[in-house]
Amino acid sequence: MDFSILLILSQDAVTNSAIYALLAMALILVFGVTRVVFIPQGEFVSYGALTIASLQLGAIPGTVWLLIILACLAAVMETARLLSSGAGRQLPKALVVTLGPPLAIAALVKLCAPLHLPLGWQVLLTMLIVIPMGPLIYRVAFRPLADASPLVLLIAAVAVHFVLVGLGLLFFGAEGVRTPPFSDAQLTIGTLAVSGQSLCVYATSFLFLALLAWFFNKTLYGKALRAVAFNRNGARLVGISPHLSGTVTFALASFIGCLSGILIGPITTIYYDSGFLIGLKGFVGAIVGGLASYPLAAAGALMVGFSESFSSFWLSGYKDVVVFTMIIPVLLWRSLSSVHYEEEE
Amino acid sequence: MKKVMAGISIVAVLAAGTVAQADITIGVNLGSTGPAASLGIAEKNAITLGPTVIAGQKVNYVVYDDATDTTNAVQNVKRLITEAKADVLIGPTSSPTSKAVIDTVAESKTPMYQLSPNPGGSYDDPKRRWIFNAPPSEDVYAAALFKHFAKKGVKTVSIIAVDDAYGENCVAAFKRFAEKTGIKTLTIEKYKRSDTSATAQVLKAMQGNPDAVYIAAAGTPGALPHVALVERGYKGKIYQSGGSANAEFLRVGGKALEGSYMLASPVLAAEQFPDSYPGKKEALEFVKAYEAKFGTRNFFGSLAWNALKVVEAAVPKALKVAKPGTEQFRAALRDAIESTKGLKVAGAVITMTKADHTGINDLGMCLLRVENGTWKLEDHADFK
Repeated sequence: MDFSILLILSQDAVTNSAIYALLAMALILVFGVTRVVFIPQGEFVSYGALTIASLQLGAIPGTVWLLIILACLAAVMETARLLSSGAGRQLPKALVVTLGPPLAIAALVKLCAPLHLPLGWQVLLTMLIVIPMGPLIYRVAFRPLADASPLVLLIAAVAVHFVLVGLGLLFFGAEGVRTPPFSDAQLTIGTLAVSGQSLCVYATSFLFLALLAWFFNKTLYGKALRAVAFNRNGARLVGISPHLSGTVTFALASFIGCLSGILIGPITTIYYDSGFLIGLKGFVGAIVGGLASYPLAAAGALMVGFSESFSSFWLSGYKDVVVFTMIIPVLLWRSLSSVHYEEEE
Repeated sequence: MKKVMAGISIVAVLAAGTVAQADITIGVNLGSTGPAASLGIAEKNAITLGPTVIAGQKVNYVVYDDATDTTNAVQNVKRLITEAKADVLIGPTSSPTSKAVIDTVAESKTPMYQLSPNPGGSYDDPKRRWIFNAPPSEDVYAAALFKHFAKKGVKTVSIIAVDDAYGENCVAAFKRFAEKTGIKTLTIEKYKRSDTSATAQVLKAMQGNPDAVYIAAAGTPGALPHVALVERGYKGKIYQSGGSANAEFLRVGGKALEGSYMLASPVLAAEQFPDSYPGKKEALEFVKAYEAKFGTRNFFGSLAWNALKVVEAAVPKALKVAKPGTEQFRAALRDAIESTKGLKVAGAVITMTKADHTGINDLGMCLLRVENGTWKLEDHADFK
């Protein structure tokens, strides 16, 4: 191994880490606010990449159908809830809010998909399709279970994961996609050539992490989410709606997932089931942060990226073994060093 | 829920009842979802093109999906044997599922045409004598590869293989031939199908500047290290093991694939072969039938198609011995398939023996080059 190889490996590691870090943030956020270990986080990554790939081929992505189906399910559940609680008067408004945006987005996609729009619009369209899935999945799968134990929520998350992977195969087929890069620019520093796409990943991840920090520290909604994550009952007592915070959180999660998918689409081949392993590596990062600390999780994501990259070089057959084995000493250290307080059930 | 289940089982019993008559029943179990889905879907497509009548007997197809899962595969095959009373089985798609069902198949004494390559070992084994394999053996692939190495003066090779049974088999065959021919293997690197980066493996493979890099992967995953090699400025030759020989691979790999080599069945470039090439006419017949209904031709589809062709040719011999649906018929069908001699199928000539249940020789293999995003015939076997 010489210096140039070291540099290339490190650069590769940083690119992957940036994505893992973003996903780790989303996982921590969702767990903090709703206590859901959100296994399907990675599915948004593959949905994001596959959706933009279909748009680039001028086809209507299958995810649009999923969006409509989810909206209909949510509308039915909302209707049942309102009628059974005797609040039938609110029904028209609730239906417009649940069904309106997804149907409008579907119509827009149908109109725009065959036009081969420029990249920026495709990105926007992809986000419009994938982001609403987060809140809708929350409405359909998790909100009815909001007061259940974390274990029940975890099982529901696993179920959602399997449904989304199966639908991914149905919508996009078994073969992978690789989208064209955002820019063909190449930055050469000595022997190291950094592709424009990698720079895009760094810039976007960094910007997004900064945005998240701003959101949580400066805005009212961000502070409300932090309050819910810190103490659910306390937050409810001061008038923060747990359902609204759940919806916002899942929207953020699907946004982060979709963005990661769009970013790595040109770097690697994405399959309908790729998201799971990417999400799992983000999860290892989140575990290092104890599913609570954002800076530690970012450090964890870096650790995952670097160990992955360097073990691929030295021990390519055991790469994933190395990455996932690292979680054991981390768990040991965390369980020995941190103070425990049992969650009241 | 109970009612629904009862309804389903009644339908199933009825279905089994109608199937159990003297018609020939072909039980098909494929991995049309799960990791092998890209292969299994094409195979399922090809099965729908199969004959509905063989030698005057009606043919019934019972098709199951095992989701590329070994437990499902065993269950499906059991159901095909006991409920559908299959006379011959086709599938599974992947190597692990194929391996898992061997005991069940041997116990029931039903011939099975697997669509995964022979993992190695003899067919004389009492269990394996019921098993046939549709793809050419890894040795046929390796022979065509090393023939081209000799032609181009390749002396040193690095291997990048996907970390699964397929990659292992390719590497094992490669090592056998490398020992015989004196070609030096510099390193063997592994990667996973779902990896987001193969940069590290590529850097390792490029150390020592090998004359060629051999990539062993099935389907679009073959593109990841290939693109990385080109991005890192590798100037030598790149060979693909043939598992990726499909249109999706060309789409995903894009420009980076230009000038690289791919081992493949003649089906992929059938039009470019001389007219007298054995199996060309049959390959074009498959291509015409498949492309009319399902889009671009597919090697895995041709495997299922060929398996049905061999069965179709063997059934008349077995019908002379016994009636379909009996144990004697299944045994006679097995013997008839084993005695297949010089049968031309899509892109291959099949001659089976007791020791060789694949029956495909070097005629069933060629080397393609990627040129302007399409396959160009580079090298094919000598023929009379």
